[in-house]
Amino acid sequence: MRRMTINATSLKAEKEDTQNDHIVVRMEHLTKTFGDNHVLRDINLVMNKGENLVVLGKSGTGKSVLIKSIVGLVEIDEGNLFILGQNISQLNENELIEIRKKIGFLFQSAALYDSMTVRENLEFPLRRQVHKIAKEEMNSLVKEALLNVGLANTIDLWPSELSGGMRKRLGLARTLILKPEIILYDEPTTGLDPITSKEISHLILDVQKKYNTSSIIITHDIGCTKLIANRIIVLKDGICAAEGSYSDMENSSDKWIRSFFE
Amino acid sequence: MENTISEQPSEEHLQAETIPESFSEPISDTAFNKFFLEVASLTSFTWRFFKEVVKPPYEINELMKQSFLIGYKSLPLIGITGFIIGLVLTIQSRPTLAKFGAESWLPAMVAVSIIREIGPVITALIFAGKVGSGIGAELASMNVTEQIDAMQVSCTNPFKYLVVTRVLSATIMLPILIILSDAIGLLGSFVGVNLKGNVSSYLFFSQIFQSLSFGDLVPAFIKTIFFGFAIGLIGSYKGYNSYKGTEGVGKAANSAVVFASLMVFIIDMVAVQITSLFQN
Repeated sequence: MRRMTINATSLKAEKEDTQNDHIVVRMEHLTKTFGDNHVLRDINLVMNKGENLVVLGKSGTGKSVLIKSIVGLVEIDEGNLFILGQNISQLNENELIEIRKKIGFLFQSAALYDSMTVRENLEFPLRRQVHKIAKEEMNSLVKEALLNVGLANTIDLWPSELSGGMRKRLGLARTLILKPEIILYDEPTTGLDPITSKEISHLILDVQKKYNTSSIIITHDIGCTKLIANRIIVLKDGICAAEGSYSDMENSSDKWIRSFFE
Repeated sequence: MENTISEQPSEEHLQAETIPESFSEPISDTAFNKFFLEVASLTSFTWRFFKEVVKPPYEINELMKQSFLIGYKSLPLIGITGFIIGLVLTIQSRPTLAKFGAESWLPAMVAVSIIREIGPVITALIFAGKVGSGIGAELASMNVTEQIDAMQVSCTNPFKYLVVTRVLSATIMLPILIILSDAIGLLGSFVGVNLKGNVSSYLFFSQIFQSLSFGDLVPAFIKTIFFGFAIGLIGSYKGYNSYKGTEGVGKAANSAVVFASLMVFIIDMVAVQITSLFQN
């Protein structure tokens, strides 16, 4: 059962986030349990505007659960979650939808709709979220999104006709088409060759620079981390075990933390 | 939790060994409880369907698309099987009726059989195999590849967009397909009658219409609506709640067909009982 603590501290935090608009996501004592498995124990995290925050950790430490809780795919058990200054536990369904419109999510598998062409995949979020959009405007937005990810000539292809790297890029184009303020990447380079991984990492960096987006990136790819991370958080047993820049982590006194970077 | 191995078996351990395995299993793991949990889950899924179906916005475009895919695309298969059923039933029934000198009753007997029972049930079973498994596999594969999550992130209600439209399409299209299948089946029967005789189409069809009553047509039509609903709902339920992984896709498709086919027979049995109550 969902239990959110709404107290004077959380109201203070909401006020602070509204005043300091550089904080886009704030998590306070976030807890999530699946049966006997305590995936997130006591997560406290702040993400600033325009920042690329990389989350590292062993498989099964709750990294994906962490970002899925931000878009509401996973319901948290306890704690407070503030997005763009608003405590999501206090929002009604319509207000939640408005918040979700500002968040883009790139799934590990890209999650392209198999029954739709590339064009229809990109048009889908526009049709669902932007009411009464003109066909010409939709066309130009689709073309712009494809151009941004270097897939301009794939507009009439089916997802099954694309390579793994192209699918990831298309997933990113679909995420970018609504110009979200926050982008959540779930292992964007997993399963790709080193060259394509580098291309995707550069693309993430370009998106950050071009649209001033704030991103949380879940990854195991240290090359990608080095390239894109402004700040790194390492999760261990459901808590934040370490936090800092790439060089801080690389030179950490903790052997376990250092082992990620060897 | 840390596992420890003690040298001496504990008292609880010795007691546990004397208890048969089936009794020592947790209550939630027994097949009996699993069955009721499944029924509860399906009931809640059905309740959610009725809540979502009346709530705007209505996914009219997706409903039209699914009706085309579920209905129009099933037409060749349903048509061919309907024709064969009519033809075979006529050829098989002729010798038996001939023994009693009742060959002239052949069109009437075949028509009543096809319209009241064989047409709806066999068409529904074929529909369960084609459409039920298709819905189950499609939704399960969307679940595995996170497409349903992606839809939710795009501020779309995946239940309304995927489940409501498919269940409604199946409920609307199956009765139409069964009417067409029955008509094609009667055409097959006409061909069957004329393989060993010379009966005019006027005589054949006028005998059919004379033998059919309101009580034959209406209950047969009403039960097809329930068949369609059950097939769409079970296919969607199995796919939407499938386990993650490719194995889950196969299981969802398979159990959708098995469960939907079983439901067709159960609904048919109930419908026959209700119809006979009214007819008596």
